[in-house]
Amino acid sequence: MKDSLIFRRLVISGILGWIALFGAIPVLLLTGVSFLQRHPSDLIEAVFSMESYARLSDPAIGSMLFKSIMMATMATLLCLLIGYPFAYIVARANKCHARTMLLFVMIPFWTNTLIRTYALVAVLKADGFLNTALIFLGIIDAPLKIMYTQTAVFIGLIYTLLPFMVLPLYAAIEKLDHRLLEASRDLGASRWTTFKKITIPLTMPGIVSGCMLVFLPALGMFYIPDILGGARTMFLGNFVRDQFLIARDLPMGAASSIAMTSLMGIMLLIYYRNLRRSGRTVRL
Amino acid sequence: MGHNVIDIAGISKSFDGEVALECFTLSIADGEFLTLLGPSGCGKTTILRIIGGFEEHDSGEIRIDGQSATNVPPESRAVNTVFQSYALFPHMDVYDNIAFGLHVAGKSTSEICEAVQEALKLVRLEKVKHKMPRELSGGQQQRVAIARAIVNKPRVLLLDEPLSALDYRLRKQMQKELKELQRTLGITFILVTHDQEEAFTMSDRVVVMDHGRIVQVGSPRTIYEEPSNLYVASFVGEINVLDGVIKSRGECNYVAEVEGVTVVVKSKRDFKEGDPIHLLLRPEDFRVEVMQDLEESPTLAKKFAKALLKGTVDRTYYKGATYDVDITLADGKRILVTEFFDEDSDSLYFNPGDRVAVGWFEGWEVVLPHEG
Amino acid sequence: MNKFIKAAYAGLVYIFLYLPLVVMAAYSFNASKYSLSWKGFTFKWYGILLSNTALLDAAIHSLTIAITSATVACLIGTLAAFMLQQYRFKGRKAVFGSLFIMMMTPDIVIGISLLVMFLAAGMALGFWTLLMAHVTLCVPFVAATVYSRFRGFDNSIIEAAKDLGASEYQVFRHIVLPMAMPGLIAGWLLSFTLSLDDVIISFFTTGPTYEVLPLRIYSMVRLGIKPDVNALSVLMIIITVVAVTMSRRLLKEKK
Repeated sequence: MKDSLIFRRLVISGILGWIALFGAIPVLLLTGVSFLQRHPSDLIEAVFSMESYARLSDPAIGSMLFKSIMMATMATLLCLLIGYPFAYIVARANKCHARTMLLFVMIPFWTNTLIRTYALVAVLKADGFLNTALIFLGIIDAPLKIMYTQTAVFIGLIYTLLPFMVLPLYAAIEKLDHRLLEASRDLGASRWTTFKKITIPLTMPGIVSGCMLVFLPALGMFYIPDILGGARTMFLGNFVRDQFLIARDLPMGAASSIAMTSLMGIMLLIYYRNLRRSGRTVRL
Repeated sequence: MGHNVIDIAGISKSFDGEVALECFTLSIADGEFLTLLGPSGCGKTTILRIIGGFEEHDSGEIRIDGQSATNVPPESRAVNTVFQSYALFPHMDVYDNIAFGLHVAGKSTSEICEAVQEALKLVRLEKVKHKMPRELSGGQQQRVAIARAIVNKPRVLLLDEPLSALDYRLRKQMQKELKELQRTLGITFILVTHDQEEAFTMSDRVVVMDHGRIVQVGSPRTIYEEPSNLYVASFVGEINVLDGVIKSRGECNYVAEVEGVTVVVKSKRDFKEGDPIHLLLRPEDFRVEVMQDLEESPTLAKKFAKALLKGTVDRTYYKGATYDVDITLADGKRILVTEFFDEDSDSLYFNPGDRVAVGWFEGWEVVLPHEG
Repeated sequence: MNKFIKAAYAGLVYIFLYLPLVVMAAYSFNASKYSLSWKGFTFKWYGILLSNTALLDAAIHSLTIAITSATVACLIGTLAAFMLQQYRFKGRKAVFGSLFIMMMTPDIVIGISLLVMFLAAGMALGFWTLLMAHVTLCVPFVAATVYSRFRGFDNSIIEAAKDLGASEYQVFRHIVLPMAMPGLIAGWLLSFTLSLDDVIISFFTTGPTYEVLPLRIYSMVRLGIKPDVNALSVLMIIITVVAVTMSRRLLKEKK
C-alpha cells in the first residue's frame, strides 16, 4: 500500500510539474513580456507598457493582421469544401479500399510541410510543371505568373494543410452510424435534409477540429510565404518571427503571438461549447 | 460453519446523489455459499465491489475476519474476485494469468508452479495451460478466471454474474461445477446474479435486494415458499396474486373472502378481521378441473369440493414437460396455472372456452398483508 | 453521388496531393540541373548529398534529436496517460485541458514561448533546449495515442490485477505497460516523425551549434530549387512513409 501511494504521488506530481514547467510557465512568461517595453541593448526593459498591443492597431500592422486572418480563413473554408466530400468518399469506401486511401492521406500528413512546400515550387514556377503542361496543351500561350504572388501562398496553404482537414473529418464521418442516415431517410427526410440535420451535426466535432488544425498553422507557418510569396509578402507568422530575430522587438513579437493565441482560445471555447451541446465527453 | 468471515454493518453508498446502497447490514458465515439476488441497479454489484475494495462506501463499516477493511485497498484484502467479463490479461497465457497473484506476492518459482498446477487440475485445464485467453472458449475462460482467483487461497471468493456470458447448457453445467468447487475448497463464495434459478441451484443462503436494501434473507426454499412480500414473491418465479379480506379467525387458520369466494387459508401471520390481504399462489399450486367432468363424476366432484373459484380457459401454452393455462376467473381476474401432462392422454386436457373449477393444494398458499 | 464521380473526385484530390511530390522525385533523378527538361537518369544528386558534410551533420543531429525526444516523450506521455486513466485527483480535468491546448497551440507560439523561457533562464540555445522543445511538442500526442489505447481496455482487467495483490507499480509494469505497448510504439514513431518534420519550433529553439536538417533545408530552399535538396527530400519522405506504415500496422493489430 505504501509503495502504491509513493508511485501514485510521484507520477501525479511529476506530470503536473512537467505541464507547469513546459506548458504554463513559457506562456505566462510570453504574456509577461508582451506587457514590457523594448530596450535597445538588453532586449527588454522591466517597465509595464501596453504599447505593443496599441501598435497592433497601426494601419500597417492592422492591415497585415487582417490580410493574414482573411488568408487563413479562406484557406480553411476551401480546405473544408474540398476535404469534406473527399473524407466522406474515403470513409464510405469499402474497408479494403478505405485503408489504402487513408494511408495515402497519412503520408502527406506526416511528410515535412517544408519539403511539401518546396515541392510545390517546381510545379508553380514560371518554367515549372504547370506552365509547361498548360502551354503544351495549348490552353495558354505565355506562362502564368503564379510564383511569388499571394495566389501562390494561398495554393501553398491549401496544398500543405488539406490533409490536416481531411483526417479529423474522416475520423468523424467514419464513426457516424450509417443506420442513422437510413433511419432519417426512412422517416421521410430527403438526402439534403438528412445531410443537413444528421450528417453535419454529428460530424461537427471533426469539422471544428479540422478547421482549427488548418486555421492556426495557416497563421503561423512563416516559411510558406517565405518560399512561395517572395520577400515582399508579410503575414502574421513572418511578422512574429521577424520581431524576434530581426527587429529584436520581443514585446511586439510576444503581443502579436498572444493575439494569435487568444484567437485560438476563442476557437477552443467555441469547440468545447459545441462538444457540450452535442453531449459528448471531451476527448484528446 | 464457524464464525463470520464478513460483517457488514450499516453501509450506505451513493453515486452522484443516486442512492446505491442504504444501510446495508449482513453477516456472512465462513464456508457459506451466499447469493445476492436482484434486478440490475438494485445495488448487488455495488456491495460486491465494496467487499472487493473497488468502491469506498460513504458510511458504515465492513470487517473481514474481524478486521476493519475500510480503506484497505483491493490488493491487501484476502478476497478475490471473478469478474463478469473475466478480465483475463490478454497478453499472458493461461499459466501466467493464474500465476499472477502468486508472482506479485513474491512466491518462489517452484511454489508458484506447484500451486498453479493444482489449480489447473481443479478446473480441469491442464491441457490448455500455454494457450492465450483469446484462444479459449467462453467456458474455459471462465475456468481460468476462477483458477486465477482461487490459487491465492482467498478467504472469500466474489463472483460477479460469472455465468451471464455463457449459453444455457454451459451455464447449467458451470453451476454444478461451481457448487462442487465450493464444497471442495470449503471457502466462502459470494455470488451476484439476477437469475433466481442460478441463485437457488447453488446457494446456502439467498439475499434478495431491491433499491439498495435487503428485502429478504433466507434459504432458497424459504425465499420461494415463504416470500416476505410481493416484490420477493414476484421476483423469484411466476406468481398469481389474488385479493381478499379476512372474515374471521380460526384456531390456526382464517376464513377469508378471496376473489368473491369464501375460503379457509392458513397463515402464521397475525391478521384482524376486515384486514385486506394478498393470497399468493405459484402456478403449480393450483388444481383445476373442467366443470362438465365434475358434474358427470361424483367422485371427482368430491375431490374438488374445495375448488370454489370458477373460471374460463383462455389459452394453453405447450412447455415440454408441463403446459401453462391462462384462466379468467368469474370476477375478471386472470391467473396462470401450470399443469403436468396426463400420461394416459395424448391431447391436452384443457381447451380454450372450457368452464373450470379452480382450487389449490391446501396450505400451499402464502397470505400477505395487502400492499397499497 | 454515383461511383464514377466519386472516383474521379477522389482521384483529383490525390493528384493534387501527390503531383508535386512526384515531380520533385523525378527531378531528383534528372541529370539536368536547372530546367524541367529530362536530360537522363542519374544518381548524381544522391552522391553529392553524401559528400556534403554539413548536411550529413545536420541529418545526424536531426536523427539524434528525433530518437531522444521520442523516447523521453514516450516516457512522460505514457505516465500522463496512465495517470489520467487510473487516478482520480484534483486538477485531472485541468491536465486534460492543458494537454489538449498544448496539442492545438500553433507551433510558432510553442517555439517563441519556449525561446522566451530559455532566454529568461539564461540557457544557451543548442542540443538541450532543442530536446526540451521537441519533447514538449510530442508529449501531448503520445499521451493522446496511449490514452486512447487505455480507453479500449476493460477496466476490470486492472481491478483484477489489484484484486490479485498487485501494487500500483506492479499494475503499471506487468499489466498496463505490456498491453499498451503497441500504442506506445505507435506514439514513439509519431513523435519521431513530428520531431523530424518540425521546422518552426526548431527554428526558435536551437542555435548555430546544433543545426538540424529541416533548418538546413530551409536555408537552402530559400535560394530556389536545387537537385540535391530534391534528393534529400525524397529520402526524408521515404523515412516518413516507413514510420507511418509501421505505426499504422501497430495500431491496427489486435483491434
